[in-house]
Amino acid sequence: MSAVIREPSDVAPAPYVAHHFDDAEQQFEASTLGMWIFLATEVLFFGGALSAFAYYYWQNADAFEAASNHLDLVAGTINTAVLLSSSLSMVLAVHAAQTAGRGRQIFWLLVTFALGAAFLGIKTYEYAHKFHEGLVPGPFFRYAGPNAPQHEMFISFYFALTGLHALHMIIGLGIMGTLTVLSWRGWFSPAYFTPVEVSGLYWHFVDIVWIFLFPLLYLLGRH
Amino acid sequence: MAVTAFDSRPDPSVTFGAVHPGTNYLNANYGVRSWLFTKDHKRIAILYLVTITIMFAVGGLAALAIRLELLTPAGDLVGDDTYNKLFTLHGVVMVFFFLIPAIPAVLGNFALPLMIGARDLAFPRLNLLSWYVFVVAALFTTYAMLTGGVDTGWTFYTPYSTEASNTNVTTAGLGIFISGFSSILTGLNFLVTIHRMRAPGMTWTRLPLFAWGLYATSIIFILGTPVIAITVLLVALERTLHLGIFDPALGGDPILFQHLFWFYSHPAVYIMILPAMGVTSELITCFSRNKIFGYHFIAASSVAIALLGFLVWGHHMFVSGQSVHASLVFSFLSFFVAIPSAVKVFNWTATLYKGSITFETPMLYALGFIGLFTIGGLTGLFLAAIGVDVHVHDTYFIVAHFHYIMVGATLMGYLGGLHYWFPKITGRMYPENLARVAAFLVFIGFNLTFFPQFVLGYLGMPRRYHVYPDEFQVLNVLSTAGASILGVGYLLPFLYFLWAFRYGAFASANPWHSSGLEWTTPSPPPTENFDVTPVVTNDPYEYPAYVPPRK
Amino acid sequence: MIQSLPLLPRAASTIAGNVDALFSYILGVSLFFATLIAVLIVVFAIRYRRRPGRELAPSSAGNLPLEIGWMVVPLAIAMTMFVWGASVFVAMRSPPDNSLQVYVVGRRWMWKVQHVEGKREIDSLHVPVGRPVKLTMTSEDVIHSFYIPAFRLKQDAVPGRYTILWFEATKAGRYHLFCAEYCGTQHSRMIGDIVALEPAEYQAWLAGESAPGAGTVSMVDAGQDLFNQLGCATCHKMDGEGRGPILAGVPGSHVALANGATVVADDSYLRESILDPQAKVTRGFQPIMPTYKGLVSEDQLLQLIEYIKSLQPPARVAQAAQGAQPAAARE
Repeated sequence: MSAVIREPSDVAPAPYVAHHFDDAEQQFEASTLGMWIFLATEVLFFGGALSAFAYYYWQNADAFEAASNHLDLVAGTINTAVLLSSSLSMVLAVHAAQTAGRGRQIFWLLVTFALGAAFLGIKTYEYAHKFHEGLVPGPFFRYAGPNAPQHEMFISFYFALTGLHALHMIIGLGIMGTLTVLSWRGWFSPAYFTPVEVSGLYWHFVDIVWIFLFPLLYLLGRH
Repeated sequence: MAVTAFDSRPDPSVTFGAVHPGTNYLNANYGVRSWLFTKDHKRIAILYLVTITIMFAVGGLAALAIRLELLTPAGDLVGDDTYNKLFTLHGVVMVFFFLIPAIPAVLGNFALPLMIGARDLAFPRLNLLSWYVFVVAALFTTYAMLTGGVDTGWTFYTPYSTEASNTNVTTAGLGIFISGFSSILTGLNFLVTIHRMRAPGMTWTRLPLFAWGLYATSIIFILGTPVIAITVLLVALERTLHLGIFDPALGGDPILFQHLFWFYSHPAVYIMILPAMGVTSELITCFSRNKIFGYHFIAASSVAIALLGFLVWGHHMFVSGQSVHASLVFSFLSFFVAIPSAVKVFNWTATLYKGSITFETPMLYALGFIGLFTIGGLTGLFLAAIGVDVHVHDTYFIVAHFHYIMVGATLMGYLGGLHYWFPKITGRMYPENLARVAAFLVFIGFNLTFFPQFVLGYLGMPRRYHVYPDEFQVLNVLSTAGASILGVGYLLPFLYFLWAFRYGAFASANPWHSSGLEWTTPSPPPTENFDVTPVVTNDPYEYPAYVPPRK
Repeated sequence: MIQSLPLLPRAASTIAGNVDALFSYILGVSLFFATLIAVLIVVFAIRYRRRPGRELAPSSAGNLPLEIGWMVVPLAIAMTMFVWGASVFVAMRSPPDNSLQVYVVGRRWMWKVQHVEGKREIDSLHVPVGRPVKLTMTSEDVIHSFYIPAFRLKQDAVPGRYTILWFEATKAGRYHLFCAEYCGTQHSRMIGDIVALEPAEYQAWLAGESAPGAGTVSMVDAGQDLFNQLGCATCHKMDGEGRGPILAGVPGSHVALANGATVVADDSYLRESILDPQAKVTRGFQPIMPTYKGLVSEDQLLQLIEYIKSLQPPARVAQAAQGAQPAAARE
């Protein structure tokens, strides 16, 4: 005694609802849940690296705090402000996708893109400076002060952590670009804005990772 | 699905109707492109089946070479370095490219949407992507193995893997890193599917236990895999850029590597066993026509194993230099994680009580699973007791323990599931008597291969030994003899499955008279799975009470 | 009793009997439960096989008391295994104070053993029966593991730190020594012998001829030579007038560090202070000690440590000489 319910052909499907979903709502809920689960994997990924960093900080607190002074605090602070602003612009982009036309959507997506690119630009400047000073992990590391191995360990973690973060930012820029194109093609409306929503979750997560990295790397030595 | 007219006649399936007259997922369209660009979870499961079988053959050939070498105490078949590369290849391929994906990616992909009444998984394109990622990872790793090999062991401990080994560690490590994404995508897909795509009426407590097993496995996929990813990445960075993260000469700590590695790799063993336990629940109920005893406890124990499994990784490190306090805590918790597994074994046994039991091949594998998992699990108690573990750690006792679980249990669960769902997947029946012979060969060959290794281990033979003292030879010969029988046992299903796919007797929609939504679809199912969305009103395994047979 | 089975290696240490007894207990419990499950499955499979008239089952549902029972009882049994295993383990990690100290350095692919008296061995370790022996171990390259099946003991030898393994041999004989942590090409050839000798024979062996070139300079003397050759004596003067702290009495004591923390000066601390002096600077001293990384081998580090351990604090020596005077002298 099975009842026939919710056949796809009975209800006119919203645009872009995939065939295996019953309706747009199910698709939206599935997509957002999927993104949250993916972000959980990212928490564990960065968490593993941060655990290793925390262990070595606990073993070499003085040296790590001294090494933290190698980092450009001004650049880091500007970058933090840039990223926080980009999260705001992202929220506005999601809001625009939910309520407004593609003009505003594209505007806020491009602002987010620009801020993300600015972040990476400042990061590039920082990295170049580090190369110049010889504060790069590996065979070209040079540091004349005491506890050089611990300083190199700190710098290794600095590059590994911010490098992985930067890689996620680059992917984020790719996502912003894709969303801009889709928005220009008129994909997003109050009926369907899922890709913008889940991309927003991703973008905020990458921002939050930076909020952890900034104090742990840049502010360690400043009491 | 409510079942009314339940036919209790024994089932020679050839008399029950032919293949569904319409199209099914296999013949819906033809051509390589229709397979390589499919979004159908059933076709993706077949793609995985092909790739995983190839990887199993690669890992199995390595095992054969190892057992041949170990026939004699001297290293007369291959040299030291080659032997070390062989056991590394065997471990890496079997762990990452067979045991972890097999049941979820083949049986889970195929059966999960059908079991919960969905038309597909939540993200069909991510599903296909996960297969491509798997293939790329397998190619990467195989390339590393063939062009010089890797000799670190699958555990690639530092500083050997970062400083001393001059083999393709980085390439193989990247292959493993990539394979992790395949796991993550599969786990993500399963979690969202189970949360959001269940048919109307299928509440959480009506989920089949295979779905619960996959759910718990997916939790581990999500939380554990990223940690091995970062670990292998750090090892690769250390090797290529000479960072000092695990190098004691640069202030690094090799034990930190072990913590990071085992934080994933212990839960990984539960990734390997939980799906097989889920399969066993399906098989035991079907072939004893009985409701599962203690449904809630079995479902809860799956989740408990997944969570507790994250708390015990230090039991691999009792002699590593880990502190006494940490070791005591890990030992204590390791005894706890044994309890949910015991609960399952007791419940399965109780399910047989007052059942109506037949012994088709899937049931033989399920019963074999229970027996061998019990032995493998009990030997885990020896290892959780630190006083004994100190003696047997890194010996053949450990090798025997994990092979009892991985091969004795998981592989038999996989084979049992393949036989059980074969008619659904292909629309054909495999040859039953030959399959039973193969099952017995597997069981006997397996025990002969691995039971002597418990003795070898307690006698003191370390693992990963290319040459060994003469007094260990007799047991090694026994083990190799068993391995050759086991090899035949594995070869047979490979051959007769291929044969049956083409020439086997046609199977009906429900040849086993099993409950479960997947058996309400034709064999093979149409691409869309269900012509009509089912509504679930029954608990799972609702085999009705005794009905007099039709005259 | 379990020893009479040919399935166990010889037991030749004081802890081996405990390990075998614990093993037997767990084995007994395992056999009980494995047999129980096997018998139940076989009996049910036969008794409840499908036959005409028994086509379907009267459904079973579950039984809460049974479920609780078979969770609680196995857990209780498991806890006994934990407690017993933990007590054996703690004993394994508690070397007696009067242990004979021997040093082991693993490297690919050999075990280098240094006796305090100066005797050196490769891939073998001579020990006296009936006396606790404490091995302080490290590795020069990758992780190895020192495994003696007859003693039921193993411990990893980890580069960059010291690990401890102690035992007391109970029977004279020759026993396998295996490396039990995979370390590369010749891992399975990194094996040797533990030779347990009756005390008199052990003394004879110690005093006897050594291999050509091995020398019988005691570790303390070798360490003293190094101490002078490497220039340690320049700063670490015995009278406290040097730029470095007095070393006599430091091993085993609590050391106050420049950053406010306190550490126990164990062997690892001494080793680290030679290789990475800036890591833990003693309070009241400047961080000016140069590093000796690359200038001393692991063997030499152990000799230096033995030498430092042998130093008598001058104040204590003076007090001993003054006898009962100190209190009156200070008034």
